[in-house]
Amino acid sequence: MSAVAAVLKRELRSYFLTPVAYVFIVIFLFAANWFAFGFGGLYERGQADLHPFFTFHPWLFLFLVPALSMRLWAEERKSGSVELLLTLPLEPWQAVVGKFLAAWAFIALAVALTFPIWITVNYLGAPDNGAIFAAYIGSILTAGGFLAVGTCVSATTKNQVIAFVIAVLICVILLFAGFPPVLDAFSAWLPPALVDGIASLSFLTHFQAISKGVIDLRDLVYFGLLIGACLYANTLVLGLKQAD
Amino acid sequence: MIDCKGLTKQYGPLKAVDDLTFSVGPGEVLGFLGPNGAGKSTTMRIIAGFLTPTAGRVTVCGHDVETEALEAKRRIGYLPEGAPCYPEMTPLSFLNFVADVRGIRGAQRASRLDDVIGLLHLESVLGQTIDTLSKGFRRRVGLAQAILHDPEVLILDEPTDGLDPNQKYDVRQLIRNMAANKIVVISTHALEEVDAVCNRALIIAHGRILADDTPRGLEARSRFHNAVTIKLKDASQAKAVNAAIAALREVAGTELDEKAGRLTAFPAANRLPLGPISQLAERERWDLAELHLESGRLDEVFRTVTGGASA
Repeated sequence: MSAVAAVLKRELRSYFLTPVAYVFIVIFLFAANWFAFGFGGLYERGQADLHPFFTFHPWLFLFLVPALSMRLWAEERKSGSVELLLTLPLEPWQAVVGKFLAAWAFIALAVALTFPIWITVNYLGAPDNGAIFAAYIGSILTAGGFLAVGTCVSATTKNQVIAFVIAVLICVILLFAGFPPVLDAFSAWLPPALVDGIASLSFLTHFQAISKGVIDLRDLVYFGLLIGACLYANTLVLGLKQAD
Repeated sequence: MIDCKGLTKQYGPLKAVDDLTFSVGPGEVLGFLGPNGAGKSTTMRIIAGFLTPTAGRVTVCGHDVETEALEAKRRIGYLPEGAPCYPEMTPLSFLNFVADVRGIRGAQRASRLDDVIGLLHLESVLGQTIDTLSKGFRRRVGLAQAILHDPEVLILDEPTDGLDPNQKYDVRQLIRNMAANKIVVISTHALEEVDAVCNRALIIAHGRILADDTPRGLEARSRFHNAVTIKLKDASQAKAVNAAIAALREVAGTELDEKAGRLTAFPAANRLPLGPISQLAERERWDLAELHLESGRLDEVFRTVTGGASA
């Protein structure tokens, strides 16, 4: 078994050995459905689609994903097990990728467990199932983006609270980039080209594009690059800590 | 073979390890001694590949720990200080994880797992989560992980810390049994451990090597080496006996505990006072409760060499 798979298996199993998994899944399912019906008016709209359901996902992930990612490295550093992990014969990136994939698979599972709502709209009407499927993909990709940011931040500290707060902060910036008030704040002191660059970094833009039912290569590349860059930075941070 | 050349680790203004050069060969069990903060753990972490040195180079079995990290790590079994584990796992799932990463498969895996579980007596706790285990069991799980792949090099940071005397005995026995064709480096505060398992001792303080010798060689540096201690049944005679012994040519000086009737005679240079003292005791018909030859005291050598240094 490759080192990535070994780390992935261990991490994934650990979620279910601690209350983390159950608390996360229950809260996510409860909040996702409550927002969809309570604020999104999923039922009252009288339309057979899941738009009111998916639209709240980025906002849920904003807090739930950093809560999951904050422990990934900070906890290992605190308990000292990182010393054990990094002296096993694996490349640091293999540990980074293994941990990331385990957490991502776990979030994907939580998202997949919302399937009753999909069945419900199919029972009530005739939704565009292709669009719903695309929105699920978009939701999972967005969560992956948040997760990659959070994992990288977690590697910089032993303190999980710091890891959480900083990850939320960065995710807020990534989410809001593209919102006029945020861009106004930047355009005062940055050249227009950079401001446009910031706008295209927005999570929301790419998530909304996919959740409309169109999986555009550009959006996939965006999430791919974001995740890749964060995991690369995560590996660099591990190396820097060793030389510290 | 472990080869450390000019190893230096700087933490800001502090030099934790300062230009350390030494090598360890097969069959050697090297005991790392030194006060807290001497740089023992830092040096071991560098050898194990967890820390990168500021300067200098380490090779393990010919593989540079920085540039050929995986090759070096495959040959090393490492027990970090405090034996950290994943507390939510059971010893069995933890050892399986280590076997996964180390690529130990099939029949070999089953037999290695059986071996280490038996060697470290983990059978009774295999299914319990690690955070419910006693300190001694956790340490043994850490040791099991370190020897799982039967490594050529064992780096054990305080392997018996927190164990009870029986467990200490077991672990020392285990290290001795494995040591024959391996390279073992252990750090310890328990000086009797050096006598019990090591055939070479390195005393370091402030990141520098202060002594590199066999345990016997270190003991020979003690002023107690070849000294003779006697205890009289009747403490009131102690003063007279002390005077008679101090007059011997072979004795450089004595230390007397009048109340206990115990005295220690230190040898003059290159002299052995044991013979003359026992003859004298027989001739004078001293009523002795005890008479023995001192081999030297490591703790005293340790204090002298490190100059009471601590950080």
